[in-house]
Amino acid sequence: MNIFKKNAKDIIYLDNAATSWPKPDSMLKAMIRYQEDTGANPGRSGHKLSVEAGRVVYEARSNIAELLNVEDPLNIVFAQNATAALNLAIKGNLKAGDHVITTGMEHNSVMRPLREMEKGGVEISVLHCGKEGFLDVNSISSKIRSNTRMLVVNHASNVTGSLAPVNEIGELTANEGILLLVDAAQTAGSFPIDVRNAGIDLLAFTGHKSLLGPQGTGGLAIGENVDIDSFKPLLSGGTGSKSESEEHPEFLPDKYESGTPNTIGLAGLAAGIKFVLDTGVENIRKHEMELAVMLIKGLEDIPGVTVYGTRDPEKRTATVSINLKGAGQNEVGQVLDEDFGIMSRVGLHCAPQAHRTIGTFPDGTVRLSIGYFNSPEDIQKTIRAINAISKESQ
Amino acid sequence: MPFRKNRNNSMDRRNKGKCVVLFHSTSSAIKSEKVMKNAGLKVKLIPIPRHLSSDCGICLCFEPRLKQEIEDSLKSNKIDYESIENI
Ligand SMILES: Cc1ncc(COP(=O)(O)O)c(C=O)c1O
Repeated sequence: MNIFKKNAKDIIYLDNAATSWPKPDSMLKAMIRYQEDTGANPGRSGHKLSVEAGRVVYEARSNIAELLNVEDPLNIVFAQNATAALNLAIKGNLKAGDHVITTGMEHNSVMRPLREMEKGGVEISVLHCGKEGFLDVNSISSKIRSNTRMLVVNHASNVTGSLAPVNEIGELTANEGILLLVDAAQTAGSFPIDVRNAGIDLLAFTGHKSLLGPQGTGGLAIGENVDIDSFKPLLSGGTGSKSESEEHPEFLPDKYESGTPNTIGLAGLAAGIKFVLDTGVENIRKHEMELAVMLIKGLEDIPGVTVYGTRDPEKRTATVSINLKGAGQNEVGQVLDEDFGIMSRVGLHCAPQAHRTIGTFPDGTVRLSIGYFNSPEDIQKTIRAINAISKESQ
Repeated sequence: MPFRKNRNNSMDRRNKGKCVVLFHSTSSAIKSEKVMKNAGLKVKLIPIPRHLSSDCGICLCFEPRLKQEIEDSLKSNKIDYESIENI
């Protein structure tokens, strides 16, 4: 497959941090194949189509477990997206009187559930991050209290691309006996993740970004040391197991997966992750970061352009936020779209907290987020477009 | 009604003399099928016979001579199961 293939040739898609596009051909084919040949309810009935649907779901479980280095695929719980997985991890584990630590670079899918829990008596400490979006691991210890139950950290910012040092954080939380919840919405599929060896207890992923699956898929990886007896599900209902009982099952993954899953979506997700595994996360990262370095270098040379975040490719993802002097974000986004066919995302990116941290609240930034299917030509055209807009707005 | 006569225990007859592994969850059943097939053991997922459980799920069916190997494999792969039954 030609990796620079485009479904619509006039479009330069730089909104991969919101949802990746295009997807591998194999993803859509797997969804069509599932619907045409299988289509039944997974694990509910004993007939062969139901069993086959169950195998499709298991394949998605097994592929994501391999990618994230989770030993048992049954420790993967599927959810509608990262937001649902984060809500489950936060609301299922925290109760009144608990203390939770988080950072100044979180997405609203972490901050909003936390603020909701705060009203119910959960205490929250927000760790300050620097202007480039980095957390100082040494700042964690002084915030730990006797009732600290969880630390929630964004693996990579969807605003600046800054990466959090999860290995170091995992060591600290393991020593302190605190649950570590990682929001990997921006990294799963594009940056190596090792749940087992990094001391991660809970990791939320989403299917429609770098895992190259469809929207409506995501989930939570649950580490081996998590005590699921004290981790409540948010829903109860049918699971296809223990039907004789009116008590909800207590084992993984059924405890946290009530109702018929998005099987057609999981068929696509299994294929998307297979593409990532076959290509290699390291190769995906290398390609994306070469383009990101090219983009940052090109943009820095343009007068009036501010590039946020670090220049060090080792410490960031391929999501680049900028601002142009004399031009509003919405205007820049519209001109990029209408005059140049470049898809960006402007504003606050559901992360007001992160924009406060880097000093761009309330106007936000223009975000250009690179994906595996972008080409060097896309980047050159984008640099030329920003150059033209900048000249006009000076 | 030609099927009526066969309805009671028809499945038990079809699988008579075989063994099944019962699981707590359908995901475990599907996982075990994959593990056993990878190990070259002949297994088949079938609906759970009515007389064993009222569960709507599936169980793993195999020839009795494989019992020891299946049991060992369940243990070594840390697959949580309910019981092994003769049918
Ligand atoms: C850092 C971060 N966390 C969480 C999410 C939420 O993901 P989803 O929209 O799939 O629930 C996103 C993306 O939207 C994100 O960038």
